[in-house]
Amino acid sequence: MPSDETPPAGNQPAPLSVFSTLARLAGVGVIILLVIAGFLYLGGWFNPHELTPARFVNGFQKVFGIHSGFRRNHAKGICVRGFFESNGNGTRLSKAVVFGVGRVPVIGRFSLGGGNPYASDDPEAIRGFGLLFRLRDGEQWRMAMINRPVFPFHTPRDFYDNLIASKPDPKTHKPDPKKMVAFMASHPEFAQAVKIFQSRPVSSGFDNSTFNGLNAFRFTNAAGVTTPVRWSMVPVDAFKPEGTAQSANLDKNYLFDDFITRIHNAPVQWRLILTVGQSGDRTDDATIPWPADREQVDAGRLTLDAVEAEAPGNCRDVNFDPLVLPVGIAPSDDPLLSARSAIYSKSFTRRAGEKKEPSAITPADVRK
Amino acid sequence: MSATMTTEPRQFPVSMRVLHWLMAAMVLTMLGIGVAMVASLSYYHRLISIHRPLGILILIFVVIRFVNRRFSTMPPFPATMSSQERFIAHASEMLLYALLFVQPLVGWGMLSAARYPIVLFGGLHLFPILPHSVMLYAALRKTHTALAYLLFAVFIAHFSAVLFHTVVLRDRLLSRMALGDGVGSKEY
Repeated sequence: MPSDETPPAGNQPAPLSVFSTLARLAGVGVIILLVIAGFLYLGGWFNPHELTPARFVNGFQKVFGIHSGFRRNHAKGICVRGFFESNGNGTRLSKAVVFGVGRVPVIGRFSLGGGNPYASDDPEAIRGFGLLFRLRDGEQWRMAMINRPVFPFHTPRDFYDNLIASKPDPKTHKPDPKKMVAFMASHPEFAQAVKIFQSRPVSSGFDNSTFNGLNAFRFTNAAGVTTPVRWSMVPVDAFKPEGTAQSANLDKNYLFDDFITRIHNAPVQWRLILTVGQSGDRTDDATIPWPADREQVDAGRLTLDAVEAEAPGNCRDVNFDPLVLPVGIAPSDDPLLSARSAIYSKSFTRRAGEKKEPSAITPADVRK
Repeated sequence: MSATMTTEPRQFPVSMRVLHWLMAAMVLTMLGIGVAMVASLSYYHRLISIHRPLGILILIFVVIRFVNRRFSTMPPFPATMSSQERFIAHASEMLLYALLFVQPLVGWGMLSAARYPIVLFGGLHLFPILPHSVMLYAALRKTHTALAYLLFAVFIAHFSAVLFHTVVLRDRLLSRMALGDGVGSKEY
């Protein structure tokens, strides 16, 4: 402003020149645009190649198609109910109420990996077990486990790249072997995990499978001591290897049907085994097994005594988000955990609003 | 003898000014967290752990603020504002109050309909306010996003208007909401 301008009278500021008015208007515009740009940046608009929950779920849809109302992965499943009886041993590691001596109700879901809800049961398919413990005062513990001792991917990006590489070729209906070899070569931890999978015999069914939480969590006890822990559900049913005849079974739902027969016969049980990590054990990498001599704490027994087809209000409508945790259990620094939570939530949101189609396992299938 | 002059106040009362700036910070933080968390794999969990309790805090504050506003005397609009502008300013203020009240309730409601535990801090949970229904969840989840964009648009309009008044018209509109007395502030 020129210094010789007369001072404003009363509250009226001196009038601005046309140039000054325009400059000030432009300044206002720039500030507004910067604020908007800041929000767009936070929302990832300037990073179109960054993996987001939506892009990850789109990846599943690209490979498996969209099956209205179903989970984008582990689409085929059945619901179970039962209870967990804690023996109190877990309180040494965590103050979570679930570990105090007593019984809490649970609901769960057995599933097979992949986004096709009507796929034929395959002994090699990854078996999933989602579980929700209803603790007192509305507190919950949710988990999603699989029948593999380690996870084959270190980061969400590795998982996504493998998913896309494994998309079946439209001509051969099989993944392009060249892409799989290339992925294997660039991801030695994946090759190592596959080797571990192949070295272990597959069990005959859900009831005698060991399910592993895979990611490490931080357990904090009443004294405030925090310990890294991984957990497993170890079956009480004796291990039986997958029969060769079974693989040629004509029943495309044989794993689920066998489980239904088994649970109608008697309740099915697992032991919750907590594996106690030591300093130096990797908590941020689910591809690396902990040394076999780590202390194992038997925290109690899970009993499943009821089975249902997926239906409104039961396990179908639950997101087994592994970061719904009770006080006394917290996430570790494993990058997969937050990503799993975000992606499960996105998949849940998408399927929640879709028309629901009947599951492969119907109410008639689960009747005695 | 007290002076019985009935001149209107030059500024909003201190309580309203403090609440305004506190909430401005909370709401901007919340909008930033909201837009970032839905796009992030690595920060999703940390951000949503702040998003839930901050949303409830905003719900509490907006109620306090609305009640406080009812019992406060407000300064007049500057003479530079036409009756039309005054109407728009008032309507957008009411819309902001409504959005800040409804948005946390939609968030609480959608988590209720999905039967997520609504964790605030540690073991502190909120009770569900709606029945378990994934269709209801999906509708409320979409509403939550739409209201967030609307809230952001109304914030941008409010911010633009105040900037325009302050930088171009220079009518001391902002001094009515300044944390200080606004008298010593330099004329821009």
